[in-house]
Amino acid sequence: MGVEGIGARVARKEDKRFLTGKGRYTDDMVVPGMKYAAFVRSPHAHAKIKRIDASAAEKMPGVIAVLNGQQMLDDGIGNLICGWMIHSKDGSPMKMGAWRPLAHETVRYVGDAVAVVVADSVGEARDAAEQVVVDYEELPAVTDAATALTAGQPQLHPEAAGNLIYDWAIGTSEAETDAAIAAAAHVTEMTILNNRLAPNPMEPRAALGVYDSAEDHYTCYTTSQNPHVARLVMSAFYNVAPENKLRVIAPDVGGGFGSKIFIYPEEIVCLWASKRAGVPVKWTSDRTEAFLTDAHGRDHRSTVKMAFDKDNRITALKVDTIANFGAYMSLFSSSVPTYLYATLLSGQYAIPAIHANVRAVYTNTTPVDAYRGAGRPEATYLLERTIETAARELGVSPAELRRKNFIRSFPYQTPVIMNYDAGNYEASLEASMKQADWAGFPARKAEAEKRGKKRGIGMSCYIEACGIAPSAAVGSLGAGVGLWESAEVRVNAVGTIEVLTGSHSHGQGHETTFAQLVADRFGVPIDSVSVVHGDTDKVQMGMGTYGSRSGAVGMSAIVKALDKVEAKAKKIAAHLMEADESDIVIENGEAKVAGTDKTVPWFQVALSAYTAHNLPGGMEPGLKEGAFYDPTNFTFPAGCYICEVEIDQETGKTDIIQFVAADDFGNIINPMIVEGQVHGGIAQGIGQALLEGVHYDAQSGQLLTASYMDYAMPRADDLPSFQVSHQNTPCPGNPLGIKGCGEAGAIGSPPALINAITDAIGNNDLSMPATPQKVWAAIHAAH
Amino acid sequence: MYATNYHRASSVADAVRLKGTGEETKYVSGGMTLIPTMKQRLAAPSDLVDLRHVAEMKGITVSGGTVRIGAATTHAEVASSAEIKAACPALSHLASLIGDPHVRHMGTVGGSVANNDPAADYPSAMLALGAMIVTDRRRIAADDFFTGLFETALNEDEIIVAVEFAAPEKAGYSKFPNPASRYAMTGVFVAKSASGVRVGVTGAGSDGVFRHSGMEQALAGNFSPDALSGVTTDPADMLSDLHGSAEYRANLVNVMARRAVAAAT
Repeated sequence: MGVEGIGARVARKEDKRFLTGKGRYTDDMVVPGMKYAAFVRSPHAHAKIKRIDASAAEKMPGVIAVLNGQQMLDDGIGNLICGWMIHSKDGSPMKMGAWRPLAHETVRYVGDAVAVVVADSVGEARDAAEQVVVDYEELPAVTDAATALTAGQPQLHPEAAGNLIYDWAIGTSEAETDAAIAAAAHVTEMTILNNRLAPNPMEPRAALGVYDSAEDHYTCYTTSQNPHVARLVMSAFYNVAPENKLRVIAPDVGGGFGSKIFIYPEEIVCLWASKRAGVPVKWTSDRTEAFLTDAHGRDHRSTVKMAFDKDNRITALKVDTIANFGAYMSLFSSSVPTYLYATLLSGQYAIPAIHANVRAVYTNTTPVDAYRGAGRPEATYLLERTIETAARELGVSPAELRRKNFIRSFPYQTPVIMNYDAGNYEASLEASMKQADWAGFPARKAEAEKRGKKRGIGMSCYIEACGIAPSAAVGSLGAGVGLWESAEVRVNAVGTIEVLTGSHSHGQGHETTFAQLVADRFGVPIDSVSVVHGDTDKVQMGMGTYGSRSGAVGMSAIVKALDKVEAKAKKIAAHLMEADESDIVIENGEAKVAGTDKTVPWFQVALSAYTAHNLPGGMEPGLKEGAFYDPTNFTFPAGCYICEVEIDQETGKTDIIQFVAADDFGNIINPMIVEGQVHGGIAQGIGQALLEGVHYDAQSGQLLTASYMDYAMPRADDLPSFQVSHQNTPCPGNPLGIKGCGEAGAIGSPPALINAITDAIGNNDLSMPATPQKVWAAIHAAH
Repeated sequence: MYATNYHRASSVADAVRLKGTGEETKYVSGGMTLIPTMKQRLAAPSDLVDLRHVAEMKGITVSGGTVRIGAATTHAEVASSAEIKAACPALSHLASLIGDPHVRHMGTVGGSVANNDPAADYPSAMLALGAMIVTDRRRIAADDFFTGLFETALNEDEIIVAVEFAAPEKAGYSKFPNPASRYAMTGVFVAKSASGVRVGVTGAGSDGVFRHSGMEQALAGNFSPDALSGVTTDPADMLSDLHGSAEYRANLVNVMARRAVAAAT
């Protein structure tokens, strides 16, 4: 592997600038004449806008323009859309209500934007925004999805009767599944809630719109995980500008977790306002706006039946899920509780019959979309809580019940579309049980009992689907885009190398891992390799980073481009050394003729390509190749997590004693970065399970958790040191054999933690987040 | 944040004079509550008078069993003070639990006491220690000082210059932090002295910090955790919110009180 190649623990190249405060984020961007935007937002969860009076605001100091949604409509700016079509089981298309970038008739959640002020300073813009008088006619609001489906509730969109967006099903027929359940020896039934989360990236969203009237051209700096998708959507659907007249730049981005995939009203408004007001317009979210308007995650209510035969083999699974979509359909919201959730309901288990039904529902809350794991954490939590509960009901060990039902031969076709290509679930289970000293738990529990503590242990065997995705497959499932990735490898004349990628790094360390790929291929130092991303004028086209796809898809595209560069470089080297092309080996920074001492340094090969003085006959000058990679299948990372806790019975406080993660990500490029991804994912999963939760007032629709005073983020001292190991069944579907690692931690950890807590307290009736108050109440309810 | 004028007071008298200028002038000490409130545009003082650099409001002295802490003393200074650790280690412990290192190096005793946040730590200690709140014009007993949620006996332009208390025989503080804010969801300070036992409870009471007379009576005869096992706390008097119901807080008051007594030194 070499010290900088594949498999090496190379320190992250990008960290120097991040750790020294030299990162360049959207809010750091300054252009001449730049002004600032402040949004006027709805204080009501549901209301009609009767009148907007900006006359006082327009007279405020520093104000350049106060703009509203009617003007945007007049200028032909389109509705925000959801880009994945889902059809209900009756064949009808999903019912998408209109989402205007600035509401001009109705507001549907607290924080819905209704106007924007552009002023000389942020302070003046905000002062003036407070002077915009909006005359609202308040309407009743509904925040809970199950409630929103019932009769007599407030209706959000005329397009969606009963607030129902779609009623969708997948898998085995309901009748066949019901029959299997009826014939079962045992059925475990549960109601499972998956709590709503706020994404909380460290860098809040921001946008800077710059309109150049001479060229009729727009530039948008924005906090995006996928700048090309942003350009595509803003061009094709929102009519901001044609693609060749719109450059989108996503510079350093400080975390996304999914929330920066989507196109929000603010970046559209900044671009449009830049033309309207004749000045560049910057907006940076404050933390309260982030809580109110960044797309939330999760928020499912499900019922589940898991059926077993007399040998404890799972015979059927039936799931009914209600997914809260909030007030509008965000860009990929429709895919999350369908193809990213229900398709994973087989977990690691051979289940002959699976039927899942999902209803997507509008409520007067912040829009909900993908958040780290996106559907897969919801599926894993549901399955792993249910099988753990079944083990308790059946009186068998949770490990044995899982083992008995593991899928053991591959490829394996589930009843819910997915075709698992490779895996070894037993290996991760065994590794984690050994590392956690599962066998020694009873003694530890007894010792804790003497100290008055309740000790519990829980496991979770997760599977997820990454590397999204084969374009034709997702197209057939309703995706509005292809999910390939592109790469270009440019060898400069003296041999340094630039990799242009459509992936986007916002914490994942691409500048290091992608450079390692190149260093590994040619034996050049990684410092001679630069990774370029995040600018639609520099990178040809790309689909961005989410769903743990940059390794399996983004790097596979780089490999394809490297293959082409290597092939051409070998031709040049063979010509220079008068050898046969098939005898050329490129390693350690030089091209060699195998079995001889003839070599040409790498820079010489590159220089020859550009001087073009002595190239093989007919060869074009230059050494630069591009590639598109379209995956052939999803990838299927899997693993087993074990969590051990102690509960303070008097206060209900949970202490995590140990957390063991055994993951199979296939081959790994940089183990240190992968471990960092696992650590971060587990921290977020523990956050969901123990601390985090978005709460609305059910009557008023006000967001109760709009700051860190009430929204509990995990802190370092909430977390143990994680024990992480890797098992490896290489992915057969891509050239590197890698599966993806960005979301596993957040997917696998919540059920392990809740299984451990419920084991400790002897009461299975506990929902996330398991706050001290709830655990204390559950302890008391159990006695 | 709205625009505001900043003034640095050089003395207590200077501060009072500056307070009289400006449309709506407020004192600021560590600013750990006021500045975030201003940033959220929920407060808009025209002028701020900074008290942190007033020499006569700083410093810690212990003499003749009396502890005096200048109002502009930071939590970090109280947490690390050898004098306070010797005279009343429970108070150093309390200070070490406030916020995070940034907060502890900015926030001050005087600011915390004057703000009387119902979930702040210091008010419970002031009550339990029977402290005197020393202002620029009078001395106010803690029992008379804390008058309700965010309410105190201070007049509009009055400044706390120090807090004083007699070093107790024994004292202990136990806190259960709110998982989000890390303010006290319940904090109990117990102090035993020649004149008896006093118990101050913060974070839990619906009217803010309070003395727990049932516990004080129980502990007067038997200063041990077991003495509290029969004492109840009425949920009707407790705060209830997202993080803790009144019943849960009533439980926490008793648990934290037992732990405070057990930890008392």
